[in-house]
Amino acid sequence: MTARLERVAKAASTTAFGLSAAAVAFFLLAAAIVVGFLFWQTNNLLTNQVLGVLTAEARIMASEMKAGGRPKLAETVSAMSRLQGAGLYYLSDENGVKIAGNLNRIPPELVENARGGVFNYQPAGEAGNAHAHLAVAIPVELGPEVRLIVGRDIEDQRAFADSIRVAFLLGFGILSVAGLIGGLAVSRLILNRMDAITATSRSIIDGDLTRRIPTSGGNGELDKLAGNLNEMLDRIEGLMSGLREVSDNIAHDLKTPINRLRNSAEAALRDPRGAEAYREGLERTIEKSDELIKTFNALLLIARLEAGPLEDSVETFDLGRFVEDVTELYMPAAEEAGFALSIEAEKGVCVRANRQLIGQAVANLIDNAIKYSRAGEPGSAITVRAYRQNGRPAFSVGDHGPGIAAEDRERALKRFVRLEASRTQPGTGLGLSLVAAVARLHHGEVRLEDNHPGLKVVVLLSGKCLTSVLPGGVSTPSDVAAGVAAQ
Amino acid sequence: MASSGSPVNHTTGLPRRLDAVQLNSSSRDGQDQKNAMRVLVIEDDRETAQFLQKSLKENGHTADLAGDGEAGLALATDGAYDVLIVDRMLPLLDGLSVIKSLRAEGNRTPVLILSALGEVDDRVKGLRAGGDDYLTKPYAYSELLARVEALGRRTAPEEQQTRISVGDLVLDRLSHRVTRSGEHILLQPREYRLLEYLMQHAGQVVTRTMLLEHVWDYHFDPQTNVIDVHVSRLRAKIDKNFDKPLLHTVRGAGYTIRDGPT
Repeated sequence: MTARLERVAKAASTTAFGLSAAAVAFFLLAAAIVVGFLFWQTNNLLTNQVLGVLTAEARIMASEMKAGGRPKLAETVSAMSRLQGAGLYYLSDENGVKIAGNLNRIPPELVENARGGVFNYQPAGEAGNAHAHLAVAIPVELGPEVRLIVGRDIEDQRAFADSIRVAFLLGFGILSVAGLIGGLAVSRLILNRMDAITATSRSIIDGDLTRRIPTSGGNGELDKLAGNLNEMLDRIEGLMSGLREVSDNIAHDLKTPINRLRNSAEAALRDPRGAEAYREGLERTIEKSDELIKTFNALLLIARLEAGPLEDSVETFDLGRFVEDVTELYMPAAEEAGFALSIEAEKGVCVRANRQLIGQAVANLIDNAIKYSRAGEPGSAITVRAYRQNGRPAFSVGDHGPGIAAEDRERALKRFVRLEASRTQPGTGLGLSLVAAVARLHHGEVRLEDNHPGLKVVVLLSGKCLTSVLPGGVSTPSDVAAGVAAQ
Repeated sequence: MASSGSPVNHTTGLPRRLDAVQLNSSSRDGQDQKNAMRVLVIEDDRETAQFLQKSLKENGHTADLAGDGEAGLALATDGAYDVLIVDRMLPLLDGLSVIKSLRAEGNRTPVLILSALGEVDDRVKGLRAGGDDYLTKPYAYSELLARVEALGRRTAPEEQQTRISVGDLVLDRLSHRVTRSGEHILLQPREYRLLEYLMQHAGQVVTRTMLLEHVWDYHFDPQTNVIDVHVSRLRAKIDKNFDKPLLHTVRGAGYTIRDGPT
């Protein structure tokens, strides 16, 4: 029972309850204004009606007085007083002695007020009944020798007003109670969902990153919120496991070369040849530390790219022209190394990206192609392409080397993964994962495909760019249309 | 690729041979006297700062040190320095604010920014703040020296010249014609720009990274040494049929074009 009370108290203290209570209060206020206005209007109407009747009667009395003087008036008043109706009359002489009428005296409320007004009176027929009736009356000006008051019993009107008041209060009460109960119910409902979210986040805070918020499968805001939170948790979990992976890899792949560095320095110190050996040892040390720095830089860059979008370094440029440019940088070197590097660049493929990162990605791919395929053979052709695929800008580097087996392709994009076949080659093992990070940063993706034979790496980028804004770019209508469609 | 010989790592410009750096510094003693520069090093790490001071002195330059941003700004404002070397992260006032303040005062002294921060958009921010060049830590001293000397000479009038000549090699910037001993040499557009940059910095060492940045406008690591082949192709065109070579390789540092003793 107390637990139940506690739950109600908790629900009552929630924001949802507060909001629904405020809504109920506001609604009640609005209802009160409307009902009050209606009541006032109706009352006015009825009162005006009564006043109209009274004025007409006063006019009749005045004409009677004119026709027959006081006796005639007294007769009429007596006759009208006898009618079973709502009419009330009081006629007296100049000294205040009653002559005729069904009121016993001038109502005290009207003595002071020369213009008439509302008063209570005791109906003659119900003397035993203590219930006073409400009435309204006006004095009629007929000369100095008589005082006449005509009035109307408005008890019915009061009864009407009373019943409206009762109905309103009852309605008010029912609305308040129903509103509060509804508010409590809604907030209990929300509270239950929130409790689930809170409990989940609590256990996540405590370290269980695999927990997810239950959703009801609907399309409501709470489900959307839960869905978004779950997606966020997925992302965090991914980042966390990435971080763990990185630290594991740093431990393994960075400590090993550091250890080799140390070993070679020690070996040089121990070398009996002396100065010459020291020099060689220092040279080796610098060389090895360069390699380490390279690995470290690549790691930092990947981490930076995965941390989120870069500020103000994104520009719009012609992807084809740029990829061609970067490829040309490599052409002489590739040629000397025995490769036939060629470029097929579609013109006017516009991209919004960080130029240097795209350059880095192209460079890594060409460098990989040179490193991992054999020179001088018929299979030494390396083809770089820049084109548009389904409206998205893309570039690819294809070689005819040993390629990557289909089952290893996904793994090859991961950090530090160096497939067994390539272990003997120099390199950080970060080249492809850097390309993947660059693609992800630009809302794109990397695909490893079979080049029959060899490997073809395709980098798809986001197409959010208009060819027409390309500096010096040729924009044909189809280009623009493709650019628009890509958005 | 490795067979083409790459004494310098491209990312960092670190020399792989110690003797190369010494060779480089001693080979320049002759011209150091006339090209001595006053350098201000604003760097909070004492060891780095003193290393730079000592090394710059060995190369014939004088260097003052400032350990924090405020002291650095005060010195830079008062002293007539040829080049400022500014670390990005400094106590009291960060490096970029120092540069912004100087530029706001109308001080146009060339600034080389040193930073441990990665290159992706930090470089852009640094140059936008008014820096003239950006070098990421860890760097090779030879790379730093080459850049400082290039910056110190930037204001020299020859940059605006329409004709640059080194020995009998003449580059006409209006007609884009290159001649040696009056003989016309046909160059590809990229080779022309490579030669133009080298000749603008005649007598100075130009590193591979500087070439990549200024001739190609690339600020990424090309992984392998792609510059050497471009330079050797250029060399084949300008030096091959002539007795006296003008384009020299400076071991462990980069290249230089000069009409002098090899």
